[in-house]
Amino acid sequence: MSSLTQITVSPHIHSGRSTTGIMLDVLISLLPATVVGVLIFGWRALLIVAVCVLSSVAFEALFNLIIKKDQTVGDLSAAVTGLLLALNLSANVEIWQCVIGSLFAIVVVKCIFGGIGHNLVNPAITARVFMLVAFSSLATPSFPVDAVASATPLASEVLPSLKDLFMGNYGGAIGETCTAALILGGLYLLVRRVITWHIPVTFIATAFVFSFFMEGFVALDALALVMSGGIFIGAIFMATDYTTSPSTGWGKVIFGIGAGLLTCLIRYFGTYPEGVSFAILFMNILTPYISRWTKRKVFAAGGTR
Amino acid sequence: MASYLRGIHTPHRKGTKNSPAVRMDIPQRVTIPMSMHIGKPAVPTVKVGDLVKVGTKIGDADGYISSNVYSGVSGKVTKLTDYLMHNGAATTAVVIESDGEMTIDESITPPTVNSKQELVEAIKASGIVGLGGAGFPTYVKLDVDPGRIDYLIINGAECEPYVTSDTATMLTRSDDMVDALNALNRHLGIKQVIIGVESHNKKALEAMKRMAASVDGFSVKVQSLPAVYPQGGEKVLVYHTTGRKIANNKLPIDVGCIVLNCTTVAAIGAYLRTGMPLVEKCVTVEGGAVKQPQNVIAPIGASLKDLFDFCGGLTEDPAKIIYGGPMMGITVANLDMSVIKNTNAVLALTKKESKLPKTTSCIRCGACINTCPFGLEATSIAEAYEKKDAAMLSELSVQSCMECGCCSFVCPANRPLVQINKLSKQFLREEAKKESDK
Repeated sequence: MSSLTQITVSPHIHSGRSTTGIMLDVLISLLPATVVGVLIFGWRALLIVAVCVLSSVAFEALFNLIIKKDQTVGDLSAAVTGLLLALNLSANVEIWQCVIGSLFAIVVVKCIFGGIGHNLVNPAITARVFMLVAFSSLATPSFPVDAVASATPLASEVLPSLKDLFMGNYGGAIGETCTAALILGGLYLLVRRVITWHIPVTFIATAFVFSFFMEGFVALDALALVMSGGIFIGAIFMATDYTTSPSTGWGKVIFGIGAGLLTCLIRYFGTYPEGVSFAILFMNILTPYISRWTKRKVFAAGGTR
Repeated sequence: MASYLRGIHTPHRKGTKNSPAVRMDIPQRVTIPMSMHIGKPAVPTVKVGDLVKVGTKIGDADGYISSNVYSGVSGKVTKLTDYLMHNGAATTAVVIESDGEMTIDESITPPTVNSKQELVEAIKASGIVGLGGAGFPTYVKLDVDPGRIDYLIINGAECEPYVTSDTATMLTRSDDMVDALNALNRHLGIKQVIIGVESHNKKALEAMKRMAASVDGFSVKVQSLPAVYPQGGEKVLVYHTTGRKIANNKLPIDVGCIVLNCTTVAAIGAYLRTGMPLVEKCVTVEGGAVKQPQNVIAPIGASLKDLFDFCGGLTEDPAKIIYGGPMMGITVANLDMSVIKNTNAVLALTKKESKLPKTTSCIRCGACINTCPFGLEATSIAEAYEKKDAAMLSELSVQSCMECGCCSFVCPANRPLVQINKLSKQFLREEAKKESDK
């Protein structure tokens, strides 16, 4: 035997889970929504996805180079941010605006605060809100290329059919319309144990119950409202971001209920037709407090008994 | 009991679980350290040139928490040498050249045990210490007012991957265990015994149930535990078998429990029947670099090299040699180290088996918090340790950490979380000492 055995502190084995693996799972889970988005909104949607992903990765790589930090783009989190940002944009958005949005998400929201794990708010959500405020064109939603033009459901009087809402054949952001694809991705993340049920279920359920009351107890209308807009993509993919949501089960439940409530409050009583982004952003800011309130109890903290 | 404590699903890798323990060839030389237990090292009672036999005392317990040491071979003492234990402690070791005869010491006779005190004295004389890994002198645990004992809990969880030496005990040493339980019942008044075995270890569960059915006059309950690491942690086991919680700095006896590892119990039984003190130990020899992994009964003091040679040698240069399991075991750098009383496994892991991912930034996924059996926040502890914030570390209850390693195992950024917990505990001990020195 050579004398080159390693001396290390236990444990000597690892689960094999890695940040890169988790981010890859998120990318895979977003694939259905991305493909459907491109099918519905056309090649421009694909261009936007490509620009957001590539510019996000490029900005992070560049930032690391400039400040001489270890390169982190290999963890794929910048790609996830870019993809999520793209899926939350309308297919009409200008390409240069996508680049600015990515720059804001990656550099301003994420890298300046210390990179992955250190951002206080969700980069993609915050960049979308920034773009919403900065570029008025974003208020104009994209429409399916081969469908009768209709206003985004939340801004119009007539809701699309449940079937269209499920399949995504109506106006909205690139990745938010096809509820089926989003649920599929969510199930994948659950099976892969990347996320837990807490935030998506409580978020969506709260929004449904709120809408159910507001729509005069008509369940189908409430369902249609929950399925339109960004609730599913937000609840499944954005609100579950590890860094900006609580870790414990109860913390996640509070986060989900809070986000669902805020979304509906903005939708019904605010000036914006949609409130998912603002709701998640607000809950991101509350997360440190929620985490403090929902700490796990230490075993036998009450003494021996 | 509210629910089971959390933990992790480790790979089992218990390839030797059906391996009956094989007695290894008599080694030419054994090196027996005087500090194979928690407490003060034993004092050597032999000098160079002395002839010893199997069962001859070579080290005397020094004080209350200490333990006798006996020779496992017959032969001649050739050296008293400085020895560095795998845990870093420096001690003395007695080196004995074997004569290959394994002659048994004439003084070996079964002890006479007619009272609690005689039982405790006998177990003290036997040199038996906690064989699950901790090495706490067993007689000290039993030297309590019998009125305080509600349960004797036998630890057959063996939750570490690879390790199956306790399983070998449960499968083949039921008789020894029954002898011990009868004596413990008679003299310590133990009425309720609970044996905890992980649910996947079906053969051991069956063997223990057969054993339980064969005892008379007291109750032995066999409890199937979830196959979730770390079931064998003392506090975890006590909670899962009795619902009782042991706080930091408290002992099982504070909640009316005595916990003994199943191999320790078997060792007590064998000693009471034969009078042969603890001179050998069943060790799981495993890992990808071992040619023929198996359970081996080795004389205490046998070198790791002899142990591996008996198992066909190593097929490749191992990346890590580990005393114990891969979750809590200690790595060592050379094969001259000895099998000691509480060695339950010796692993030779290949590079591939022990490859750890690169450490990257915490992504605050909460996996460490959500898997900690005790609900500790490894991430917050790490932050507090970085700031050397003793008050915050205490508030985060880092002293409660049993160092099981679940947090590090699950961390997708492979952060050294349990390692920082250990450093934090050490830091708090030093701070407390500074405080008391003032």
